[in-house]
Amino acid sequence: MSRTLKFNEAIREALDLCMAKDPAVYVMGLGTPDPKGIFGTTLGLEEKYGADRVLDMPTAENGMTGIALGSALVGMRPVMTHQRMDFALLALEQIVNQAAKWHYMFAGAERCPMVIRLVIGRGWGQGPQHSQSLQAWFAHVPGLKVVMPATPYDAKGLLVAAIEDDGPVIYVEHRWLHNTFGLVPDGVYRVPLGTARVMREGRDMTIAAVSHMALEALQAADCLARAGIEAEVIDIRSLRPFDAPTILESVRKTGHVLVADTGWKTGGFASEVVALVAEQCFDRLKSPPRRLALVDVPTPSTPALARFCYPRAVDLVLAAGEVLGRRRQDLVLPEEPTTPLDVPDNRFTGPF
Amino acid sequence: MRAHMPIREVLKRLYVSMLRVRLVEEKIAAVYAEQEMRCPVHLSVGQEAVAAGVSAALAPEDWALSGHRAHAHYLAKGGSLRAMIAELYGRVTGCCEGKGGSMHLVDTSAGFLGSVPIVGSTIPIAVGAALGARMRGEQRVTVAYFGEGATEEGVFHEALNYAVLRNLPVVFVCENNFFSVYSPLSVRQPEGREVWKFAEGYGIEAWKGDGNDAIGVYERTKAAVEKARRGSGPTFLEFVTYRWREHCGPNYDNDLGYRSTEEFEEWQRKDPIPRLEERLLADGAFTRVELDEMARAIETECDDAFRFAKTSPFPGPEKLWEHLYP
Repeated sequence: MSRTLKFNEAIREALDLCMAKDPAVYVMGLGTPDPKGIFGTTLGLEEKYGADRVLDMPTAENGMTGIALGSALVGMRPVMTHQRMDFALLALEQIVNQAAKWHYMFAGAERCPMVIRLVIGRGWGQGPQHSQSLQAWFAHVPGLKVVMPATPYDAKGLLVAAIEDDGPVIYVEHRWLHNTFGLVPDGVYRVPLGTARVMREGRDMTIAAVSHMALEALQAADCLARAGIEAEVIDIRSLRPFDAPTILESVRKTGHVLVADTGWKTGGFASEVVALVAEQCFDRLKSPPRRLALVDVPTPSTPALARFCYPRAVDLVLAAGEVLGRRRQDLVLPEEPTTPLDVPDNRFTGPF
Repeated sequence: MRAHMPIREVLKRLYVSMLRVRLVEEKIAAVYAEQEMRCPVHLSVGQEAVAAGVSAALAPEDWALSGHRAHAHYLAKGGSLRAMIAELYGRVTGCCEGKGGSMHLVDTSAGFLGSVPIVGSTIPIAVGAALGARMRGEQRVTVAYFGEGATEEGVFHEALNYAVLRNLPVVFVCENNFFSVYSPLSVRQPEGREVWKFAEGYGIEAWKGDGNDAIGVYERTKAAVEKARRGSGPTFLEFVTYRWREHCGPNYDNDLGYRSTEEFEEWQRKDPIPRLEERLLADGAFTRVELDEMARAIETECDDAFRFAKTSPFPGPEKLWEHLYP
């Protein structure tokens, strides 16, 4: 039976169910058992499963990633969390050199089933080192899998699939999604890693998006529909493995494509999607593909500057209009948010 | 024999283990110029006593992980010689089916969980294996092998801190051979620094001793392993030893001038193998004939391993994508 849950509650439920059914699953991260419980995603787990399976940790990201990996090699299934992706950069050595390669370079002698949850976000002055969205780096590395849920349903289903996967999975969650609502079935279910999802069908153009940008894309599609443009919105969901057929099928149908990413434009994942489209269905394109991505500067803290960095639904609508050759006055633009641009909704009062 | 001397089987194991590494690596050095082993090799010649002594103190089900100079650790722990030589030759019968080379050795059936050349990186992984063993209620002990260069890496400190925080069953084995490639300790750590004192500073029982004394290494490690197994936490052992050959490759490199001939010759006089041999003969534990038989058996095994490797097939192209994901 499905009921409405928040995104963070869906994550918590996935952890709870996986820990209940498999004693090898444990969670680890700075602040995991603390009173805020990683944005509410680990609340109550320590009471239920004990301090031996809900581990806080020293501020030692690389070493602790190696420790999680070592435990995975011998039969455990750690779920590690970094409250900002930026902190995980300290652990790139263990993630990229070791976890990603262990199974391959030892010819399958060992497995490292581990999930690394990385939180990204935007707004409230997070600034240059608390707001990076570097999923393209991880997706670049063979041996890793990288997923970015955009809905509570996928947050739970992808996390269950990630925990059950026998290799390392990078699970990227957007801070602005934690308080969004959606229908979530109870019990265990899985969203297969490596599958995109068509969120809204349309014949006129394709908008492929990751994470929070998928919600912006849905909002943009509503506006475009009011101007007579039927946009197909695809939630990429899984960056590696990447569901190329779903994207290509859509682009072959529509002939136009916008890709919306939470990361930087240059060398980002949107570039990968555009490259794939250009290689695989160039002859079906009716217009040049477009990327809407984070502006290529370190993201400033002040809202006065940060507002220019993040593409929003309005930017997607305008870009769609350009792609289809519509006059600006013929487009319907989304209403400007009533809340400031640096918060996801009016309940959000900081600090993060 | 003194009362605390190891029993005859242990003495034999120490001797065979060291001699096996020595003969295998001398053979690697002898054939390396044929350019059929197309991967870097970091030889342990001169340092064999540490691997032999440590492994003799471990149970088969105990685990070990190591770094770039891992042949000795792998072999002493019981890793397959055939699979190691085949790996160096890039054959499909290698321990990594040719995907790892000399710097990535693994034999899980022998408890050797892996070696990697990123300095220090397996130290936290070993601590993690120890954590996993604890969580699974197993009585295993894990050894982390590394060189003194690794004590300059952040993960060394992070791993030690966590091992003592959680009182984990792990033995840190530091082979101090004074050089990180060609960089001496004097340009890497302040004069007078003792690396074992890092561990002491973390609250871990730490000890420094002669890494060319196989019996001493064995006895010290045995105490550390027993301590870990009874739940009394980690130990740090620093063994001072010396790499004879070049950092990477089959040759001698004293001509480069980064270390003196006198120093090198002094360490050759401390060769751990004749040292144990003299002890075995003097104590009457073994006869010369018995020792020669051991050497012949190793040579036969060694010849077989090289023949096996060189006659094994290379991996086919279908192997390229295998094991990317489990």
